Amino acid sequence: MTVYTLAREAGFTVEAGADAEDREVKGVYCCDLLSMVMGRAKADTAWITVISNVNSLAVASLADVACIVIAEGVPVDAETRAKAEQQEILILSSPLPVFETGLAIHRCIGAAE
Amino acid sequence: MAMSDEIRLRFEISGDDFTRAGEASSSVKKELKKLGIDPQAVRKVAIAMYEGEINMVIHANGGAIDVVIHPDCIDMILKDNGPGIENVALAMQEGYSTAPDNVRSLGFGAGMGLPNMKKYTDEMQIETERGVGTTVTMKVHI
Repeated sequence: MTVYTLAREAGFTVEAGADAEDREVKGVYCCDLLSMVMGRAKADTAWITVISNVNSLAVASLADVACIVIAEGVPVDAETRAKAEQQEILILSSPLPVFETGLAIHRCIGAAE
Repeated sequence: MAMSDEIRLRFEISGDDFTRAGEASSSVKKELKKLGIDPQAVRKVAIAMYEGEINMVIHANGGAIDVVIHPDCIDMILKDNGPGIENVALAMQEGYSTAPDNVRSLGFGAGMGLPNMKKYTDEMQIETERGVGTTVTMKVHI
């Protein structure tokens, strides 16, 4: 399942990366500690976090995740959004808490397989 | 690349500028990808270098990173004039961090920077002197 399809089916908003290449989502990873994400998130996963800043972008890019999903409806500021557009990083926003967000993604991916 | 070829890249890292942290690692990642280097090796270099870059921003008021791309390996030399690492053995322990609270609220300070750097490289050396600075040398085989 691709990021855009996931956003549609799970009811998440696309916050940034509207022009970025759509990517396949192959799993879910949840964590807010950036070093842990760098070391442990697998490539092509949807990374769920409540840390919404430019540093999350660098981590997403280097760890090569499919997208960032900002949970709990935490706002994404303009600078982060602009940088994400520039670096073609997909950011989704979920109104749900981290666990429910992960569960929703997991169900969407599972249903698509 | 022919055996004699090497590519040298140099980056100045400014201290305390979290909005720019990661730019050096990102450009190295792009460069390595362009050269067609194995994605696993690229990922290792990118992670190790980003952790080092962030350390320099958080703890050392910036510094300089030299990256040398050889046909069979990639060397990274990270040099700062920061306060030095008081206890390297402790700093190498997962979960140990001296990062201040304002940095933690950004998602840093997991105490995994140096452990990640060691984990993702094939060789790593730390030379540090209190009040003088730290030089971390890392190698990733291709």
